[in-house]
Amino acid sequence: MSVTSVEPRSTPAPTGSRLELAGVSRWYGNVVAVNDVSMSLGPGVTGLLGPNGAGKTTLLHMMAGFLAPSRGAVTLDGAPTWRNPEVYRRLGLVSEREAVHTFLTAYEFVLASARLHRLPEPAEAARRAIALVELEGAQSRRIGTYSKGMRQRARVAAALVHDPQVLLLDEPFNGMDPRQRLHMMDLLHRLGGAGRTILFSSHILEEVEQLSGTVQVMVAGRLAASGDFRTIRRLMTNRPHVFAVRSTDDRALAVALMAEPSVTGVELGQAGLTVRVSDYGAFTRALPKIAPARGIRVRQLVPEDESLESVFSYLVEA
Amino acid sequence: MSTVSWITARGLLGRRRFLLLFPLPVLLVLLAVLSRALGVDPSDWGPSVLVGLGLAVVLPVIALIVGTGVLGAEIDDGTVVHILTKPLPRWQIVLPKLAVAAGVTAVTVAVPLYVAGVLASSVRVGLALAAAASIGAVAYCAFFLALSLVTRRPVLLGLVYVLIWEGLLGNFVSGTKVLSIQQYVIALADRFAPTELLATDVSVPVAAVMSTLIAVGFTALAVDRLRSFSVAGETS
Repeated sequence: MSVTSVEPRSTPAPTGSRLELAGVSRWYGNVVAVNDVSMSLGPGVTGLLGPNGAGKTTLLHMMAGFLAPSRGAVTLDGAPTWRNPEVYRRLGLVSEREAVHTFLTAYEFVLASARLHRLPEPAEAARRAIALVELEGAQSRRIGTYSKGMRQRARVAAALVHDPQVLLLDEPFNGMDPRQRLHMMDLLHRLGGAGRTILFSSHILEEVEQLSGTVQVMVAGRLAASGDFRTIRRLMTNRPHVFAVRSTDDRALAVALMAEPSVTGVELGQAGLTVRVSDYGAFTRALPKIAPARGIRVRQLVPEDESLESVFSYLVEA
Repeated sequence: MSTVSWITARGLLGRRRFLLLFPLPVLLVLLAVLSRALGVDPSDWGPSVLVGLGLAVVLPVIALIVGTGVLGAEIDDGTVVHILTKPLPRWQIVLPKLAVAAGVTAVTVAVPLYVAGVLASSVRVGLALAAAASIGAVAYCAFFLALSLVTRRPVLLGLVYVLIWEGLLGNFVSGTKVLSIQQYVIALADRFAPTELLATDVSVPVAAVMSTLIAVGFTALAVDRLRSFSVAGETS
């Protein structure tokens, strides 16, 4: 399994914190949970993607200082995260486990977080964090009475109360309804845009696809790929790409496309053509020339397997 | 009151297992009142109620419930992560929790022991028992709090210590008494108010030094263990 690395689309701002993993491994007895992972996370939203059991949570726990790497180092702006509570001035964590002090109200819970951070104006910070996750209406109710999504938002508010440079979230969208999900995505987007380093893990491809162009893909404890997921897909040139093409004359276009060396197969269906391509670049350059030369207008050209799901299944098969 | 102690107290007093604390102290007072009311000679019921029940069972069991609960319950349900993701030196988490645990244990145990001591002998014996039990509460709680960080079965191990080591071996192998918080408490109470109701082989200096060592040593151990606190991974 090779690691494909490409630059993220947006260059990180000079300010902001950087979380570095250098050759990090973690094993439990004979079981290797995380195997020689190196990555550097800067400002913006990054998705940590992988199937259940891939080692995402173990990796997040090491990033958050809740697990010692068996080998390698995890540092936040140069300081180790393990056995170093000072990192929590710049780091917030929303763990996957739905653990909250159910006997507190959301306001008390977030306020306690602000106090533990020794913020100068804890009440103000707590109100701001609760407003950020839109929980003002329920803030005086005990968390025990909340739905799963509301608890999740209360925990995000507590993790954000000190306005951390780095926010780590383990499966943050679990248990959220679509509206809460959209709101949380919007919030993370804004935080990422404001120069915060946001890393969230997920095994659901659409979440990562909608929220971040930059992904770190974990498969079986290893970092299988990192970077912009569309670019990763394109770099994997030995994989066939599939396009859905609709035109004014699908049959004529199919004949013309079969003559192209970059095309490996064409299927004529009711909804248009399904074109299998071995060389992404050559095909996308050739099509605009082939069609007009035969008087055919291309109405639609959609890469069918550009979803993370297909990127991901290729990586798992590799 | 620090935020850590506030959350700890709310968590401890807000949970149903807090109700477990009451039956034993109530039983202690009831037995003392009953014995006194029936006119039984204190030398007959004093040692078994004050030491056999009060110091050998009520104090360590209450300390076990509370001491393993202040941090252990948060570790069990995962809420400990909220306190640990704060830029606090770990002693600032352990000490307030130990203070709450020792305080709750001391109040819960000292009051019935005082009442029983007064009924069995005098106000002075009652006060001595209450004071010694409070010192014992600190040592026990430090020990049980540290246990909740070094093992996933702190209550079981704590019970083994209280029942097997202190309760059983203490009666047959006198050497084990040197490592028995219960014996320190008896020695200290007897020093505060000498009475024939309390008897132990452990000397007062040994009791004082060992109580301090246990309290300080296990607190330091707890702080160090909390510094290296690991959240169990999905594969473990």
